[in-house]
Amino acid sequence: MSIKGIAHIAGIFEHPTRKAVDLSVAQLHAEVAAGALADAGIDKDMVDGYFCAGDAPGLGPLSMIEYMGLNNLRHMDSTDVGGSSYVLHIGHAAEAIAMGKCNVALITLAGRPRAEGMATGTSPRAPAEPAPDIPFEYIYGPTVVNMYAMAAHRHMHEFGTTSEQLAWIKVAASHHAQYNPHAMLQNVVTVEDVVNSPMVADPLHRNDCCVISDGGGAFVVVSKEIAAGLKRDTVPVLGHGEAPKHLNGGKIDLTFTGARWSGPLAFEEAGVTPADIDYASIYDSFTITVLETLEDLGFCPVGEGGKFVSDGNLISGEGKLPFNTDGGGLCNNHPINRGGLTKVLEAVRQLRDEAHPKVQVKDCQVALAHGTGGSIGTRMGSSTVILGRADA
Amino acid sequence: MSAVRNIPSPPENVEHTAFWAAANEGKLMLPRCKDTGQFFWYPRNISPFTLSNNVEWIEASGKGEIYTYSVMRRADPNYVIAYVTLEEGVSVMTNIVGCDPDSVSIGQKVQLDFQDTDGGQKVPVFKPA
Repeated sequence: MSIKGIAHIAGIFEHPTRKAVDLSVAQLHAEVAAGALADAGIDKDMVDGYFCAGDAPGLGPLSMIEYMGLNNLRHMDSTDVGGSSYVLHIGHAAEAIAMGKCNVALITLAGRPRAEGMATGTSPRAPAEPAPDIPFEYIYGPTVVNMYAMAAHRHMHEFGTTSEQLAWIKVAASHHAQYNPHAMLQNVVTVEDVVNSPMVADPLHRNDCCVISDGGGAFVVVSKEIAAGLKRDTVPVLGHGEAPKHLNGGKIDLTFTGARWSGPLAFEEAGVTPADIDYASIYDSFTITVLETLEDLGFCPVGEGGKFVSDGNLISGEGKLPFNTDGGGLCNNHPINRGGLTKVLEAVRQLRDEAHPKVQVKDCQVALAHGTGGSIGTRMGSSTVILGRADA
Repeated sequence: MSAVRNIPSPPENVEHTAFWAAANEGKLMLPRCKDTGQFFWYPRNISPFTLSNNVEWIEASGKGEIYTYSVMRRADPNYVIAYVTLEEGVSVMTNIVGCDPDSVSIGQKVQLDFQDTDGGQKVPVFKPA
């Protein structure tokens, strides 16, 4: 049994705001929900499945279902694996649709870390609930940045990866962001700009880090029967994989991510290989996140990610693997520090030929979106989805 | 030498009481799965290898080498966070102290030390061997 072709992404929406001083988290969720439903041409009363993660206020689905007045719900899922949650939700929504548990699944993400002055990348986040690992980690000052930096350092040590190679990932994202009027950072940068930006946590510079933004996004996953009745081009879900990765009892290896396991599951279900991928949305909390993920998904051999991303190979129209053509988290948007949902949005745009003409991949038939949640320095969730075209 | 980062007290957890009491005596106790003979980290009373509570506690030699590290530049003082691979085979998150952050390198040999925290609890850190 497989989810291949059973569910379609029918509508998407990315909130245009990047700083939401006057919008509550609940209102942001509702606005992106309304946007995605309008894009799909679906009335809210048709929604019978709702998916959200830790960014939703209160009791997650219970709070948001009430706020939005979703009165025909019969399936809920609040699996929270950090920023990868929303890619995972596609797989879970497709499974629920395949099992007849729902026909129209709404997935939302929203938050306002800028407006709230939230401690994000450079301060240790105080543990809300005492997880068992906390006493042995939190006291040493782990931050989002220095944890990813430790992965980068080890990758450099084992494979000779350089800061200049990592910088190419940001350069490619910036080339794409110049065409996105909503992107937080629209200036094209060079390798020199990146490596000369201030060091945050060695070896990651400021320009190796994603933006911090408010806002959010949503998408609607529907059964293929419902998709067939919509005016909109829909995007079939071809395959999905999810995997946790952790410190393995202290036998650690920070040079790879859970994509090494989630990727093959998704490729196998879709019946495609990395060579078939025309466009890839790769989670880009940091440049190193992209580099390790590309290796783990099989776009290049392990250890050769640095060479692979260099010389514009990720730039649409120039390189072999156009990636994050909206500017990604590095330049466009990383709402509430969770970049998985926006990865899905740009993959859908590419498959509907609705990316900006300057970055649209010609004849884009198969796209991949990958989410990374938690920390590649400790424990993470990885989720990969492969999407196609309605007429494929 | 650089300024010393103030380390907060570890949050209390009934599962860790004995571990921290030993730390106050200058001992880093490592859990070992008696079913498999393997050390593991972080400390817990359940073996992640067999899901049994057949766990014993062995004092670490205190010798290790740096697996990876990062210098946090957006903090005053700067500090070095690291994973140190112990002689016993497990890698532990820690701070490298007692040296210039810019002198730290992957593969560097380090030695266990203990640092006082706000609440008086001693916690393991590492310094150049």
